[in-house]
Amino acid sequence: MSGLTNRKGARSPGGMWGAGGAGFSPRTIAWLFITPTILLLLAVNIFPLIWTVDLSFTDFRANQPGRVIKSVGTANYERILGDADIWDRLQTTASFVCWSIGLEVLIGFGLALLINRKFKGHATWTTLILLPMMLSPAVVGIFWTYLFQPQSGIFNYIVNFFLDAGDFTMIGDVQLAPWAIVIVDVWMWTPYVMLICLAGLRAVPQYLYEAAEVDRASRLRQFWHITLPMVLPFLMLAVLFRAIENFKMFDMVVSLTAGGPGSTTEVASITLKRAAFESWKTGYSSAFAIILFVVVFGAANIYVKFLNKVKQR
Amino acid sequence: MSAPDTSGAVANPPRAGRRPSQELLTSARSIVEPTPLARWSSGFFVILYALVSLIPIVWIVLTSFKTPPDAIAYPPKVLFQPTLEGYVNLFTTRTRQTPEYMASLPAPETWYDELVRSRNMVIAGPSRYGDRYVNSLVIGFGSTFLAVFLGTLAAYAFSRFKVPLKDDLLFFILSTRMMPPIAVAIPIYLMYRDVGLSDTIIGMILLYTAVNVSFAVWLLKGFIDEIPREYEEAAMVDGYTRLQAFRRVVLPQAITGIAATAIFCLIFAWNEYAFALLLTSGEAQTAPPFIPLIIGEGGLDWPAVAAGTTLFLLPVLFFTVLLRKHLLRGITFGAVRK
Repeated sequence: MSGLTNRKGARSPGGMWGAGGAGFSPRTIAWLFITPTILLLLAVNIFPLIWTVDLSFTDFRANQPGRVIKSVGTANYERILGDADIWDRLQTTASFVCWSIGLEVLIGFGLALLINRKFKGHATWTTLILLPMMLSPAVVGIFWTYLFQPQSGIFNYIVNFFLDAGDFTMIGDVQLAPWAIVIVDVWMWTPYVMLICLAGLRAVPQYLYEAAEVDRASRLRQFWHITLPMVLPFLMLAVLFRAIENFKMFDMVVSLTAGGPGSTTEVASITLKRAAFESWKTGYSSAFAIILFVVVFGAANIYVKFLNKVKQR
Repeated sequence: MSAPDTSGAVANPPRAGRRPSQELLTSARSIVEPTPLARWSSGFFVILYALVSLIPIVWIVLTSFKTPPDAIAYPPKVLFQPTLEGYVNLFTTRTRQTPEYMASLPAPETWYDELVRSRNMVIAGPSRYGDRYVNSLVIGFGSTFLAVFLGTLAAYAFSRFKVPLKDDLLFFILSTRMMPPIAVAIPIYLMYRDVGLSDTIIGMILLYTAVNVSFAVWLLKGFIDEIPREYEEAAMVDGYTRLQAFRRVVLPQAITGIAATAIFCLIFAWNEYAFALLLTSGEAQTAPPFIPLIIGEGGLDWPAVAAGTTLFLLPVLFFTVLLRKHLLRGITFGAVRK
């Protein structure tokens, strides 16, 4: 940053005080306009990140301010990467990400194909479908615990109405709890995938289909060779955004299952929260936070490169 | 980060439906247009999905008008005698009293007094929900104003000027969104504790501004990119300075985009939970971490929780409908435009 503020000169032809009396040079305006944002992000995002890196090499505990902080080298990282429980949580997170996004892509893409046929009133129904994704994930989690109540819950009632599954509890059962968080996530975010796919479908030039019809290509072939390749970049963008968000997922899962029963739905963010704000192992949890950030950041970068390749094809 | 860009230069070929159908009736129209049956059946499935996906929201609104026994009845009650008990319980704290004490009280003055007394309780005072809701509003609007203000300036600069390392700066701004909130919360918690910003409204406004500003810059840059530069250039030929042209020409043109961005920021700040849970506990606590704390006698008071949820969700539902044309841009950080 310091290099940027030193740059003076290079005035516009009119000079600093050109026409009108108060005309700054474009360069000055650019820096005046950008600097506040950058400073805020440095203070509230980058400085904390650097501090986290620093803390991750110590045994600092935030609840014991007077204690002498010892540097422990990479011990925190070694402990995390060697901990079978942590790998178990990461696996829980990964399977939540895969299942939720897989279902969202299938249902969302299917819905987008249907909506793209433009039946009467499709705009209104599309808006209604989009409502769940704008709600607060934490509050969604809270009210789904009510819908999942074993006896009085409407979800259980509807399932029993069609399937006669008997008594079951979605969020108290070791087998079913992971599905509970997947169901709520799919309910909430399928519209998101649908909306992005719909944009992709609407960007496909109609003449491609007309040409395919003239060539007597079957509907399946048209889908496979026109629709899918054209929509793929959009679909991958949706998957990228969802994957980042779901890997970080905290709100909805905490208020729905709080990670339970046992640790069956304890996604990585919950583990991190417990280590940082319940066990107060600040140094250890800082190391875990850095590991999670590197995973998200690395995966996103690789994925964006891949996305660009698909786009160019 | 680059993303599929469907705006501007990509010419949209005319859709089959929009062409003059008279001369084409026999040939091209029917080839790619879905048949009436296909339209009808896709409409059927989409509407079915919409109705099913709306059940949870409708159900929670209905529950807010139930009595506690109705809310946990089996089978679930679709038809019931509506009551405002949930809302009364949401906004009050109550104490249970003996029948003798109840009999000694003067006649209830208001309808809600009467409602509470019918459960052998008296109102002890207001609950904290009102305060939490006001906190959510203040923090939401405060951070939205700041984020949109800073974001508009930065977006204009990124859109119009040659900024060294522009792409790197933009990517840096975006990448701040990739950190898990809990990871950021650890040092923020320590930092706020040291400077006395823990559990303060100012602290939360600053934090939400920082989270929202990256989004605002990306979204607004897209909106400002779409305003032709010629407008400002013409104004500057007429003697406006750059800043005057920005204020009098660009801002009015960008107002729809700014409004859409503001609503997105507001919804985000309104919905946020992780930071609010970890960094606030009293003074500055917002509604989301408070709603699960609404506890009645013997477990959660579901109608009160549903009432709190309903009042919390309604503004978002309203704004979502208002925002429907810009939703796609918003949820993709402006990567996909229609």
